[in-house]
Amino acid sequence: MPVESVFPQLEALLPHVQKPIQYVGGELNSTVKDWEETDVRWALMYPDAYEVGLPNQGVMILYEVLNEREGVLAERTYSVWPDLEKLMREHGVPQFTVDAHRPVGAFDVFGVSFSTELGYTNLLTALELADIPLESKDRTVDHPIVMAGGHAAFNPEPVADFIDVAVIGDGEQAVLEVSEIIRAWKAEGRPGGRDELLLRLAKTGGVYVPRFYDVEYLPDGRISRVIPNRSGVPWRVSKHTVMDLDEWPYPKQPLVPLAETVHERMSVEIFRGCTRGCRFCQAGMITRPVRERSITGIGDMVDKGLKNTGFEEVGLLSLSSADHSEIGDIAKGLADRYEEDKVGLSLPSTRVDAFNIDLANELTRNGRRSGLTFAPEGGSERIRKVINKMVSEEDLIRTVATAYGNGWRQVKLYFMCGLPTETDEDVLQIGDMAVNVIAKGREVAQSNDIRCTVSIGGFVPKPHTPFQWAPQLSAEETDVRLGKLRDKIRGDKKYGRSIGFRYHDGKPGIVEGLLSRGDRRVGAVIREVYERGGRFDGWREYFSYDLWMRSAAATLPQQGVDVDWYTTRERTYEEVLPWDHLDSGLDKDWLWEDWQDALDETEVPDCRWDPCFDCGVCPQLDLDIQVGPTGKKLLPLTVVK
Amino acid sequence: MQRVRLRYTKRGRLRFTSHRDFQRAFERALRRAEVPMAYSAGFTPHPKVSYANAAPTGTGSEAEYLEIALTQQRDPEALRALLDECMPTGLDIIDAVEARGSDFSDRLQASEWELRFEGVSPQEAARAADTFLAAESVEVKRQTKKGIRAFDARAAVRTLVPAGGTGQGAPANRADRPGDAACAILRLVVRHVTPAVRPDDVLSGLRATADLAPPVPTAVTRLAQGPLDEETGTVTDPFAPDRDALSGPTGSGDLPSVATVRGGTA
Repeated sequence: MPVESVFPQLEALLPHVQKPIQYVGGELNSTVKDWEETDVRWALMYPDAYEVGLPNQGVMILYEVLNEREGVLAERTYSVWPDLEKLMREHGVPQFTVDAHRPVGAFDVFGVSFSTELGYTNLLTALELADIPLESKDRTVDHPIVMAGGHAAFNPEPVADFIDVAVIGDGEQAVLEVSEIIRAWKAEGRPGGRDELLLRLAKTGGVYVPRFYDVEYLPDGRISRVIPNRSGVPWRVSKHTVMDLDEWPYPKQPLVPLAETVHERMSVEIFRGCTRGCRFCQAGMITRPVRERSITGIGDMVDKGLKNTGFEEVGLLSLSSADHSEIGDIAKGLADRYEEDKVGLSLPSTRVDAFNIDLANELTRNGRRSGLTFAPEGGSERIRKVINKMVSEEDLIRTVATAYGNGWRQVKLYFMCGLPTETDEDVLQIGDMAVNVIAKGREVAQSNDIRCTVSIGGFVPKPHTPFQWAPQLSAEETDVRLGKLRDKIRGDKKYGRSIGFRYHDGKPGIVEGLLSRGDRRVGAVIREVYERGGRFDGWREYFSYDLWMRSAAATLPQQGVDVDWYTTRERTYEEVLPWDHLDSGLDKDWLWEDWQDALDETEVPDCRWDPCFDCGVCPQLDLDIQVGPTGKKLLPLTVVK
Repeated sequence: MQRVRLRYTKRGRLRFTSHRDFQRAFERALRRAEVPMAYSAGFTPHPKVSYANAAPTGTGSEAEYLEIALTQQRDPEALRALLDECMPTGLDIIDAVEARGSDFSDRLQASEWELRFEGVSPQEAARAADTFLAAESVEVKRQTKKGIRAFDARAAVRTLVPAGGTGQGAPANRADRPGDAACAILRLVVRHVTPAVRPDDVLSGLRATADLAPPVPTAVTRLAQGPLDEETGTVTDPFAPDRDALSGPTGSGDLPSVATVRGGTA
């Protein structure tokens, strides 16, 4: 059956909406394949606005990996803003892909990448606009398989009713395996319908199909067990891990949008995983082990990517980029290569203790020394031991002294509020730290024109981390604590005016907490919020705490639970957690020990430089860490004139 | 330093590109094409590109102009082809000349626009145009940064005439639109004055004076931009002085002075 473009209908609506360019596609390096020449078709979604979704590396990588495969087609779709949503409903225009403007409902797979839980209501908008039943149980063989991926998919239980499958971990190989299973099933004439396809996927052990698991509850509301409800379905579903990053140099041809997006640069992932062991950090826990891309592999990607895009800035991405075993040679090699071309280099996520001035000098060879950003995360030495962020205040002061001495004038510091065992005193010490930074800066730079910005957000405990058992601080207590810190900073006559203070109130964190550690019963809240008009929960101007609380009050009490039960309640060792049957490779007993170490303020080192401390990932997944150095150098590129 | 003037388009779905969007795309294309750009001095050097009089977001154009400064000599036509290759289809670079003189923006005295009304009969559109032209002045309102502003949209209009229509012969770059039933086309020549009178303002004026209210958004395309021949009401090629200067001493003198509109919209 031919699938028609909905662009003619959409085009008539575009003059009436904000930033219409985001809906027309046609980006450099985008791909439109012939529908009829392919037999497995994916619609990939990032469930947020185009300006946030387009630069997402996960979607970009899978889009290219899938489209490179013969017979497989992938197109992209993003959340439409409420102005267009309203017009699409009025005029019967379905959720569309931006590549060929095909209706999402016509694809075989509707894959949605959840970096954050705050995209859940946008999933429901897209499903309804696509004319796909909101709940998995109501879908037929003619509807796409709705698949969740991304970090939030490590606990997909709150959206279990709305998705058909979840895949956890690295997507590159997983999407190709799924494609082959779908291809075979379609070639056989779709035997057994949708159920059979889902069963074939579940039997691989790497695709979670929520409907094949029953959740049983105890009288007090806790889960008693989660059990497969048909044979052949594994008790636990494993995450996917790509071992050799050099074999997967994606994106090779990064998408270059016409519309303005949040990241106007080319990104190269220099390694995946992190074993620093910060206890609050879900990304660091679920992406283990560390796998480095080689220096030559990185150089090659940067070279091809810049030629294919014309971007002016290269971001070297990872969870802690200065930790790459050859970062010095990488930065110097790239700065040498592109010195003439006005290409800037950036290194997001730099640790205070890994920062060194030679590296910073290489990175800013072409540009201004405006600001440096560090994340001590905790204000006191004690709380940094609890969270295993092993950075001393001396380290920090030494680092900023070097930076101010080398021409930087502004330092940004990131912190969290509401960490386990935290007291007012731990947070108030953030103010002392900022004062010490300014004092040192004035001394070293011989100038009063020195700034330090303190940025602070509420801590949300996440699944698959040692803090998954921790109580979350209530919104009210968070606000009180932040208020005390604000007053302390503002009250400082000598330094207060040099310190910027940015914070978020505690309310969005509570909703994020509910969704992060929620179970299947939270699905009713999401649906209720959606039906009452909730959208774009990651956006301050759309997020409504009251809407979430009202919706929770309307749906959770009849199931014997409430928002506090999911957020501020501490869990015990025995409790079955909603995500226990999703295997991130981490040994639950190790996580518990690490949680106990946190309460004892005991630090645990990094297994890249210290012996293994048995988190469980390597033996569980039969893997090993992959780090350099390779000893190779980046050679200058031959200049063709 | 060599200066090259380029003419480019905003066609099809890429007419929704805003001017800022175009600027980013063009500057990236300059980098991909490795054009030896001259950079501005200062703390954050920028490639030297001057844009003239960009069409509003959502309107198509066959006649947008910009000028770039190069540190090395390049053949304008080779440069045009290279840059066109590096730009997305729809944002096409269609003409280039080596710049002569610095009066380019003064040459852009008027624009010729095509107004395409789906679902409106040519007779109805012609009658509306006549009503509009018969008026002494046509006050329209537009939202500006300073609030709603009222001004006359009539005086700047040199020509507003039917230009075919009836729904057949849809131009090639409109192939993505359903071409059926009634469709009227008006050709509008408007002088560049202050405050600027845009096609939208003329559409508001048509609504105000003649109740012309098309059922779907009017498709607006700029066909030409340049010096205005007041007598004939023709917008001529703004590159003509550059071409004349180039061929000057040898005096072939036979170059066309009227814009050749490429892309099939003439």
